[in-house]
Amino acid sequence: MTVIEARGVRKAYGTTIALDGVNLRVEEGRILGLIGPNGAGKTTALNAILGLTQYQGELTVLGRDPWTERDQLMREVCFIADVAVLPRWLRVSQALGYLAGVHPRFDRVKAEGFLAKTNIRPANKVRELSKGMVTQLHLALVMAIDARLLVLDEPTLGLDILYRKQFYDSLLNDYFDRSRTIVVTTHQVEEVQHILTDLMFINRGRIVLNCSMEEFESRYLEVMVHPEQLAAARALKPIQERHVLGRSTLLFDQVDRRQLAGFGEVHTPSIADVFVAVMTNQASQPQGAAR
Amino acid sequence: MNMPANATPDSPLDSQALAPAVISAARRIYWSVRRELWESRAIYIAPLAVAALFLTGFLISMVHLPEKMRAALALNPMQQHELIAQPYNFAELLIMGTTFIVAVFYCLDALYGERRDRSILFWKSLPVSDLTTVLSKASIPIVVLPLVTFAVTVVSQWIMLLLSTAVLLGSGRSVEMLWTHLPLWRMSLGLLYHLVAIHALWYAPIFGWLLLVSAWARRAPFLWAALPLLAIGFVEKIAFNTSHFAAMLGHRMGGPEGAASTAGRMSMDSMTQVTPGQFLISPGLWVGLAITAGFLAAAVRLRRYREPI
Repeated sequence: MTVIEARGVRKAYGTTIALDGVNLRVEEGRILGLIGPNGAGKTTALNAILGLTQYQGELTVLGRDPWTERDQLMREVCFIADVAVLPRWLRVSQALGYLAGVHPRFDRVKAEGFLAKTNIRPANKVRELSKGMVTQLHLALVMAIDARLLVLDEPTLGLDILYRKQFYDSLLNDYFDRSRTIVVTTHQVEEVQHILTDLMFINRGRIVLNCSMEEFESRYLEVMVHPEQLAAARALKPIQERHVLGRSTLLFDQVDRRQLAGFGEVHTPSIADVFVAVMTNQASQPQGAAR
Repeated sequence: MNMPANATPDSPLDSQALAPAVISAARRIYWSVRRELWESRAIYIAPLAVAALFLTGFLISMVHLPEKMRAALALNPMQQHELIAQPYNFAELLIMGTTFIVAVFYCLDALYGERRDRSILFWKSLPVSDLTTVLSKASIPIVVLPLVTFAVTVVSQWIMLLLSTAVLLGSGRSVEMLWTHLPLWRMSLGLLYHLVAIHALWYAPIFGWLLLVSAWARRAPFLWAALPLLAIGFVEKIAFNTSHFAAMLGHRMGGPEGAASTAGRMSMDSMTQVTPGQFLISPGLWVGLAITAGFLAAAVRLRRYREPI
């Protein structure tokens, strides 16, 4: 079943166009990474999906219009935006009580179970917790909600590597199953690469790449080429070339793996490298950016 | 937070079964109001602190009580009444004034603070509508604070009366005069009427306006709440040399016809001057409530459209 469907979604702030006709479709059970440079429209897209901002065009989330039916939608949708949104005066026990009071799908026992694994105590106030612990708390609250769509907007911003790793491990092990859908934006692309099932690049309000991770892995290939074979490899039109310690790494889009095997060891590039290549080439190589 | 995977429901069917059906609107309002009390503890701490401070002062003044009662014997009943009831009226005014100030500052921050600290994003991630949120915030000055005022005042007055009684009995004096001039039940009823009529219903548009500004302002909600009103008053004065707007504001602050004269020194007797019947048919009340509804509706809309600051 389709969880998110957008057709020609536009949003402008004054003369700045934040979303420029976005079309997208997210199926149930996917983990979509929405990757884009600062100001690309990621947060605006998420806000539109969450019914926090108005837009033009057609958008349905779980079969509902997020702007007009936000309250009902929020029973089945959760989000964590930017970490710093839990109010500082809130006690952990109050957060649990409040959520149990207003959210029909919140399971307090489950949340307490998650929190028992951390150093967070029910009497703690948010202001007493470290940034990493606040995120742990927020994640514990959100994972105890039986939601169908979870939206994460830079959930691990400013956290150290231990918390970041733990965050995604918890999410995968304790939360995700095939009936849930996750949309995540982050700049720490390499840390989510292995958990994503789908990938979307967004730039200047437009989607410039939209594929599943299987497609990504068969489409983009990276080869470390010996200097004597560089000219031959360049003839296959790499979308990016990097030179490290006298060796060149070439990134190819839709080039046959067997053709490349002759130049050296072929492997799947990191999302980050493809992202940089696609963003820098977007103007000059439209076929590399075609979706 | 790493948990074994078997701690979570393995199939979606299990997790569906865990979810209770519906949460009533009343329950969401109840928890939203509790949330406000967690955040703004001044709602009950400020009147309690003022009452405690007043009672401490009152306790010290007990030293002179037997003398005061002896002196009162020489006065006529009206003067006696004034002398004896004075501290009780004063306690009432003090607590009422405190909660009014708390209400003003609460309203100014209610829809502004959550945008400033971005916690609005967290609250909006929950299935609580903007209408529920704004109504629960409006219920603090209109319902909760008058009730808190009532409870704290009545308890304080009883403590005062019992303290005085104990002191008088201890010094071997009669308490008859004290009790005849302090009909606490009747006074409490009058207080409740005053709180419901004036602080809840008559002042509602003031709180509505403050909530609206709080939902709208990007900074300095206090200035935005006060300066436009002053500006309108000045412009009217300069342009037409009239002061209808200022008079209207004064009328709103001072209370409905009849109660206006007592705004300065409200005594318990004059507070009940306006009968419930007169009050309920006064157009000022209904116009005010209609304006309140408009302000709150606008605040709901603004909360929906406004983004974190």
